Amino acid sequence: MKLKLVTMAVGAVMAAAPVMADLVFPSLSYRTGPYAAGGIPFADGYADYFTLLNERDGGIGGVPINMIECETGYNTQKGVECYEATKGEGALVYQPLSTGITYQLIPKATADDIPIHSMGYGRTSAANGKVFSHVFNYPGNYWNGASGAINYLLETNGDDLKGKKIALVYHNSAYGKEPIRTLEELQKKHGYDLTLLPVDHPGQEQKSQWLQIRREKPDFVLMWGWGVMNQVAIQEAANIRFPMENFIGIWWSGAEHDVLSAGDKANGYKALTFHNVGREFPVFDDIQKYVVDAGKAAGAGDQIGNVLYNRGMYAAMLAAEAAKTAQEMHGVADITSGQMRDGMEALMIDEAKMVSLGMPNFGPSFNVSCDNHGGPGLVGVTQWDAASQTWSMISDYKPTDMDVIGALIAEDSAAYAAENNIAESCN
Amino acid sequence: MPESLLYGTEVVLNGLMAGVLYALVALGFVLIYKASGIFNYAQGVMALFAALTLVGIMEGQIPFAHLINAMFGTELHHFGWHVPAFLAILLTMVVMVFLAWAVQKFVFRHLVNQEPIILFMATIGLAYFLEGFGDLMWGSDIKTLNVGLPQGGSFWIEENTQWLGFGNENFYGFFLDRLDIIATFIAAILVVVLVLFSQYTKQGRAMRAVADDHQAALSVGISLNFIWVMVWSVAGFVALVAGIMWGAKSGVQFSLSLIALKALPVLMLGGFTSIPGAIVGGLIIGVGEKLFEFSVGPYIGGATENWFAYVLALIFLVFRPQGLFGEKIIERV
Repeated sequence: MKLKLVTMAVGAVMAAAPVMADLVFPSLSYRTGPYAAGGIPFADGYADYFTLLNERDGGIGGVPINMIECETGYNTQKGVECYEATKGEGALVYQPLSTGITYQLIPKATADDIPIHSMGYGRTSAANGKVFSHVFNYPGNYWNGASGAINYLLETNGDDLKGKKIALVYHNSAYGKEPIRTLEELQKKHGYDLTLLPVDHPGQEQKSQWLQIRREKPDFVLMWGWGVMNQVAIQEAANIRFPMENFIGIWWSGAEHDVLSAGDKANGYKALTFHNVGREFPVFDDIQKYVVDAGKAAGAGDQIGNVLYNRGMYAAMLAAEAAKTAQEMHGVADITSGQMRDGMEALMIDEAKMVSLGMPNFGPSFNVSCDNHGGPGLVGVTQWDAASQTWSMISDYKPTDMDVIGALIAEDSAAYAAENNIAESCN
Repeated sequence: MPESLLYGTEVVLNGLMAGVLYALVALGFVLIYKASGIFNYAQGVMALFAALTLVGIMEGQIPFAHLINAMFGTELHHFGWHVPAFLAILLTMVVMVFLAWAVQKFVFRHLVNQEPIILFMATIGLAYFLEGFGDLMWGSDIKTLNVGLPQGGSFWIEENTQWLGFGNENFYGFFLDRLDIIATFIAAILVVVLVLFSQYTKQGRAMRAVADDHQAALSVGISLNFIWVMVWSVAGFVALVAGIMWGAKSGVQFSLSLIALKALPVLMLGGFTSIPGAIVGGLIIGVGEKLFEFSVGPYIGGATENWFAYVLALIFLVFRPQGLFGEKIIERV
């Protein structure tokens, strides 16, 4: 009788308690196809961090995380299909992981009240939250990247680039063309010569571009590449004996697999970054203990500390912190995608928080606001050491030229607003 | 010599080298089309699969390790040995012969007498299967291929052509990549061997007989199965050579399969049935696209090579629809 009463009481309590659904974080990954080498470590990092939160903390605010992975093959059409297939599951935020997919999802996700986080890619002017209410691209975008590269060159060349020749080798696509306008504006300010060298997809053959570099002898080469274009460019630079320390890639041209195939000749190559590299962070010990050693890693557990693994993990951490912010703002644990958007817009990341998360100096401190969905645009520089096969940060996160970038963001977002009849506003 | 002429000459030389690399891919298409009338869409993926297998064998990688580990919870990755390049190439060829046999046994034997479009569709299926199979077997990370081929500009050529600038400080001598030079020699040997094989050996003549009329060839006792397995094996070998050359440049990775795109204009120009046509077509495309990029590219924003190769091929097609060396097919009703 006593047992029956206890059972009934427990049943009544369970029936009365609100049903806690999972917090759903879709992962639009690409583990297959020509770009899988970059997609796998990012997807592993993204998944492993959420697994860590589930295993160590019981999810976020006591609610378990359900990460739904959908394979896009880095194909825009498949990416949109993945979005349509997963949004009904209660998706809180999307990381499209492709500029093409991001462009397609901006109107859809906005209409569906689901936020997008295109971290370091996508539509740069989405930093203007008054126009792009549901798109966030903190902590940095391509225009910050372009300015960060020029600032680094200024810093290492006595603050003077007048008369210097800079060549931009870029993927001949919307992504690759992103830095051109910023570099042209900065050219007016700093007086360098800019040569544009487009490379057609996929970038397996770049002899013409590198022969031109050999002929014109630029002082510095910047690269906006992706996939095989990166490996071929670094190999071709080595072939013509271009000094690697004068060759700087954007953050999508600065992973281990981009440089390994060129061997020792890639030594000294540099890349921009908005997060730290290596595995000397306490969070990785927790991932090893709670995820890898427990046999719950998304991959083989051999990607930890790789540049793109770190980026995926960093993206997951920012999503989790935004979800926590949303829970605190709205006083509910089981948040909706609209509440998640609010959390992203109120996100505050400082060094104390990063230390508490086991990621000291892993990324810059920043606050997000309605005016600024792009964060502070701080850019660091990393360099490849071929002997130890490691990247290391050689320049901390530093400010970029927001006078130039801010004006470009305002111009481009205003054009988008006019095309789409959007009135600038803050919620 | 004027600077522009020097640089133009350098571009032509490099275009010739690039053309040889395109021709290496086109050769595989020609061989299979010549013998069986099949346009093998999977040729690029075969180059990828061959290169993946070569690196896997050289590095002592355990095939299907990810699958085995996922199924049985093991931590297997490598056998712990390294296989010398020459032996690994031989072992890869064994795998490619087995693949040829499997393709013939499980796909094309069942499609004899089908329309060319059906056969083409089958090769599309084969391409996707092989790409996924290669991924499952060897993983999708980028692999460094080191079979001992030198890379980088040749100092000797640079130093010995510098005098052509007659004191011009801007001219460093001609740049030629040593890997491209080696690829040229290998392609030349490959073409000579293939031409000799198809003209002067019993199997080569049988292959041509099958290509002309497989029913007539069958009636005189030629085994279609054997010939087709042989042709797919030879195409597999050509794919391996192309995979090594392209893989040495960029690492072995899945975008290697896209090199097939570079072979299409070569085939349109050189003809689908001629081995020398593939080489000449490759050279014309290589030189044409590089010269166009050098002379016109800067005025129209660059990145002209991909589309100009097709424009060049189309111009040739207007005057010779069968390609430069292709067979003119006249069908009488």
